[in-house]
Amino acid sequence: MTEIFGIPIQAFMGQLMLGLVNGSFYAMLSLGLAVIFGLLGIVNFAHGALYMIGAYVAWFSLEKFGLNYWMALIVAPLVVGALGLVIERTLLKHLYKLDPIYGLLLTFGISLIFEGVFREQYGVSGQSYSVPEALQGATNLGFMVLPNYRAWVIVASLIVCLGTWALIEKTSLGAKLRAGTENPALVQAFGINVPMMVMFTYAGGAALAALAGVLAAPVIQITPLMGTNLIIVVFAVVVIGGMGSILGSILTGLALGLVEGLTKVFYPEASNIVVFVIMAIVLMIRPAGLFGKEK
Amino acid sequence: MALQATTQTRNARIAWAVLFALLAIAPFVGLYPVFMMKALCFAIFACAFNLLLGFTGLLSFGHACFLGSAAYATGWLVRSAGLTPELGLIAGVGVAALLGLVVGLIAIRRQGIYFAMITLAMAQMVYFVCLQAPFTGGEDGLQGVPRGKLFGVLPLGSDIAMYYLVLAIFAAVFLGILRIVHSPYGQVLKAIRENEPRAISLGYDVDRYKLLAFVLSSALAGLAGSLKTLVLGFATLTDVHWSLSGEVILMTLLGGLGTFAGPVIGAFTIIGLQNFLADRVGSWVTVIIGVIFVVCVIAFRRGFVGELIAWQQRKK
Repeated sequence: MTEIFGIPIQAFMGQLMLGLVNGSFYAMLSLGLAVIFGLLGIVNFAHGALYMIGAYVAWFSLEKFGLNYWMALIVAPLVVGALGLVIERTLLKHLYKLDPIYGLLLTFGISLIFEGVFREQYGVSGQSYSVPEALQGATNLGFMVLPNYRAWVIVASLIVCLGTWALIEKTSLGAKLRAGTENPALVQAFGINVPMMVMFTYAGGAALAALAGVLAAPVIQITPLMGTNLIIVVFAVVVIGGMGSILGSILTGLALGLVEGLTKVFYPEASNIVVFVIMAIVLMIRPAGLFGKEK
Repeated sequence: MALQATTQTRNARIAWAVLFALLAIAPFVGLYPVFMMKALCFAIFACAFNLLLGFTGLLSFGHACFLGSAAYATGWLVRSAGLTPELGLIAGVGVAALLGLVVGLIAIRRQGIYFAMITLAMAQMVYFVCLQAPFTGGEDGLQGVPRGKLFGVLPLGSDIAMYYLVLAIFAAVFLGILRIVHSPYGQVLKAIRENEPRAISLGYDVDRYKLLAFVLSSALAGLAGSLKTLVLGFATLTDVHWSLSGEVILMTLLGGLGTFAGPVIGAFTIIGLQNFLADRVGSWVTVIIGVIFVVCVIAFRRGFVGELIAWQQRKK
């Protein structure tokens, strides 16, 4: 078999793989959004900017300090996580009693600031980041040639996503987090420091976005706009999945990446909008999203 | 109380009469008419947006798609099909209203933050269509749209003639919104904004009211876009890009949500700022806009006009 639906199987599987890679990023980002929204009630528009900064930190630490990719995987989430702490302490904490719309607007402003600063520093042309040596080359699977780095991205993001899911659903820390989203006042009365938990949740979400940024750095052009272009697709993913469920955002993210990849094979013109079309259809059938609960 | 209300309305009326008089003589006191027209177009856009967010409580994060689609429709029809400007405007408004109906039907199924994200995503879809459709000129946009002759007789080539057309349309939109908000329909919109479940329990078909507000707002946003195309002679991807949807939110917020003058003042401030800063600071404009956004949300949620009203009320 060399063709599938009239498309060479190599090209077909290649697009599918690309879709899965994109889906991994959607999953990691929408997961972070879901966690932050769950506890803080804030739709973090700055999530794309944090992802972009993660990629830049990786690039910068290689260029200026010679830190390799594996170090960047640790450094970037720490740096961006710390940035998240600062943002939460100085800005977001003023908004918790207000309509969630103000959180969206504030984080939108924050993302404009970051985007503008990076554009001023690095221009709109992209920086490139080379694939780490250990992951260069490709493996021949018989029906397709799989670049090692792409395989690593998919595996790594699946591990991170499932890890986060397990942390929230299966550990006592996660139980406290979930309780905190249900009733902060009561959880506080049990002696748990809710403001601190909120702070570290935002930092954790930011770190997750940065990690996605580092993973993405070798497969894309690093530009100041990379995050803002992605975040809108991620919003659509979130709407389709329904923001309530962590597992839902992971599955929806991966699935939509695949759908996008498939569209690229059969009707490339529509690949940019297929996610939004699916969103519209899902909303007409299930307004709360695929995994969301109807209020 | 009643007396207070009447003096307030009378003061407001005087203020508006003065403002319109100032706008009418603006081109003769050295204000660049093209800048004034652009600012007035965005003032219409912001007023349309405020009808939705300020008076109905619906945050659309995709309003640029209505302005942009109308801008393209008018531009294309006037340039390629040779329509007169007034027919071009009507067609643009029609396209935006139709698009508003489609987006509105999908978006009003969810509330609050979800509503915002859905409108943003739908608008992004429109953006990609405009990027790829054959008649929009892609990255270059639609250039060289003539202003033509109003009703086939009155040439709009001079900036002064065009300026008075824009001002007249702005005044009509402004008074129209004033009328809508003060009508029984507008009162229902306010009731929905204040407490949606209560409006439902009073027996109002809330979704229909919200949808109509959405369509009205997108039609007026379209009018702003069509007019802008006639004024400047082009429509580009900037008109449909989501960053413009963000800017109109900022204009409204900065001027004062749910006030009549707020969006106008906000639009003039932001457009003025951009015009003034563009060649001085380059990319820092984005940063400055971002900072204004953050400051507005943290410390200045009522905006210029809202703060002014609050200050007046404290004084009493």
